[in-house]
Amino acid sequence: MSKITYREALNQAMCEEMERDDRVFLMGEEVAEYNGAYKVSQGMLDKFGPKRVIDTPITELGFAGLGVGAAMAGLRPIIEFMTWNFAILALDQIVNAAAKMKYMSGGQYSVPMVFRGAGGSAARVGAQHSQSLENWMANVPGLKVVMPSNPADAKGLLKAAIRDNDTVIFIENEINYGDVGEVPDEEYIIPLGKADVKRTGSDVTLVAHSRMTGFALEAAEELARQGIDAEVIDPRTIRPLDENTILASVAKTNRAVVIEEGWRFAGIGAEISARIMERGFDDLDAPVARVTGKDVPMPYAANLEAMALPSVAEIVEAARVVCGRA
Amino acid sequence: MSAKQKQAAGITHDGVFYPLEDLNAMHDSMLYIRRFEEKAGQLYGLKKIGGFCHLCNGQEAVCVGLHHAADEKDYILTSYRDHGHVLARGSDPTAVMAELLGRAGGIVKGKGGSMHMFDVERNFVGGNGIVGEQVPVGLGLGFSSWYKDDGRVTIAIMGDGGINQGAVYESFNMAALWKLPIVFMVENNQYAMGTSLDRASAETHLFKRGISFKIPGMQIDGMDVLEFDKKMGEAIAHARSGEGPILVEAITYRYRGHSMSDPATYRSRAEVDEWRSGRDPIARLEAQMIEAGLATEEEFKQRDKDIKKDVTAVARAAEAQPEPDASELWTDVYTDPIEGAYPYPVKVG
Ligand SMILES: Cc1ncc(C[n+]2csc(CCOP(=O)(O)OP(=O)(O)O)c2C)c(N)n1
Ligand SMILES: [Mg+2]
Repeated sequence: MSKITYREALNQAMCEEMERDDRVFLMGEEVAEYNGAYKVSQGMLDKFGPKRVIDTPITELGFAGLGVGAAMAGLRPIIEFMTWNFAILALDQIVNAAAKMKYMSGGQYSVPMVFRGAGGSAARVGAQHSQSLENWMANVPGLKVVMPSNPADAKGLLKAAIRDNDTVIFIENEINYGDVGEVPDEEYIIPLGKADVKRTGSDVTLVAHSRMTGFALEAAEELARQGIDAEVIDPRTIRPLDENTILASVAKTNRAVVIEEGWRFAGIGAEISARIMERGFDDLDAPVARVTGKDVPMPYAANLEAMALPSVAEIVEAARVVCGRA
Repeated sequence: MSAKQKQAAGITHDGVFYPLEDLNAMHDSMLYIRRFEEKAGQLYGLKKIGGFCHLCNGQEAVCVGLHHAADEKDYILTSYRDHGHVLARGSDPTAVMAELLGRAGGIVKGKGGSMHMFDVERNFVGGNGIVGEQVPVGLGLGFSSWYKDDGRVTIAIMGDGGINQGAVYESFNMAALWKLPIVFMVENNQYAMGTSLDRASAETHLFKRGISFKIPGMQIDGMDVLEFDKKMGEAIAHARSGEGPILVEAITYRYRGHSMSDPATYRSRAEVDEWRSGRDPIARLEAQMIEAGLATEEEFKQRDKDIKKDVTAVARAAEAQPEPDASELWTDVYTDPIEGAYPYPVKVG
């Protein structure tokens, strides 16, 4: 095991896969000479040269489409969006081209590529630069959506995403880039579609992805002090969703809180709680609770921003409510 | 020279007479922006300003020249590098500083921060954070003037990086097709983040980017406030005349990094110094005024002191303001609040 940052883990995953497969290349804004706006691609230009690590103009729709075409022709593009906020400009290529090409062409063409970059809320950057769009992506058949919460998962999942034969939406977390964690030294892959139990417990199931996994773990510590034993599950892959792991946990705890940073309306929590209701209804002793970002664009002022985001205290409170302890 | 002589005096630049009063106003406005940005940089260092903060040091002549040339009724919209433009437009500096600090009296109530300055009274339409996004919005503002025949011009500002977005060309085509009263203005400050112009643009003469849409282009020295004001005045007059849009390329330079977190190692010290000491717009105007006998170095020193004092007082007043009221979290999402918005906390069970 080595201790490395989330950003280094992503960097290692890309480097290892590019060494292994020369069809893989990295393209995006500031990925080459600047070593990445968030330094995820540090050193990669030096290692792989300008043919495989390519800076683009600020033209998201265009280079997203470039990735789609290159993938259809047999390459394995990694297209970096500086942040997912800017991928909104590229949605036509992601949703209408990448996701549907296989089906529309009757299976003749596939689009094996990764769209990756920073998602979720950053700190104090306001409404246009702080948002969670994974539910938009996860709504689309043909896409897979991955959101790692720690360095080890980031590395293993990104390697799997690059090897995957379909289009993978890989959403990193800007605030987690500097987080340090243990990562295996030997090569490993984490298959897509497998949730991970980050903490075992018997009283309530907390389901949380990306940065919210850390919040849920903190909440579990606080709940333990209050005599509530929480289990924390990180789906890691939003689509395909590993509902069996979630349902097995709820069968044990009979209570669940789903946490997400994004907006509540038609969010990931809505999907997960619906599935628990559909397939685990008889296991439930209380309605599933959701803790989410508030239903407003992200404000800049420090006090308002703190209110807009989910907090550990809100998770604790929701868990107490479903446990009948509020 | 006596006070009276000075009043009658001024500078004639390329056939345009700039009276002393105007020169003083332009000078002070540029210097104010420079000192304001320096203060913002300091407050960022002290962690009183958060998030992204993009300063415009070096680009002051573009801000001041443009706003001097534009009419009050004209619409102006720009990117996130907006402090200089909103100040040049005449917005209240305390409200701008309070916005940077996330205070209740901010120009958008503390909700937007550095990147999102808006001032509806001055037809200043942002403060837009997504690169290129404001250009099609500017197209729509221009369309409204054509529709209402209100005589306004829209000045839609973008960067040398922003001009590569596809929607810019969609906008060029529509603006030209319908002869909309728009000045598309590129602030070519040579870099888009760490990418120099030639690494991102096949055609680096950005004023030519409108040719295939039959949009005339002008390249203007954006380090010379008088030149910029004069030429920008011509561009705005063209747009107002009903002849259709025009594309202006302002040649300029940003002295600081892209944002506060950018050490700007992609360019040499010598390059920065060349622009800073050779072409600085404030030093240039001061030299012109001194040479014309309109001011002395001592007077400029004194004015700089006064402006610094002003900016410090503005920062203090802004810092003294409270944060926005918690209830503001929920306002301004809709004009007519809707049924079915989620209140919080949501009661379970
Ligand atoms: C669509 C989009 N892509 C990427 C970014 C990130 N970004 C912010 S500013 C910037 C560079 C823009 O450069 P330029 O247009 O030259 O304007 P300048 O910053 O020089 O004023 C980039 C890539 C963004 N905000 N929006
Ligand atoms: Mg630029």
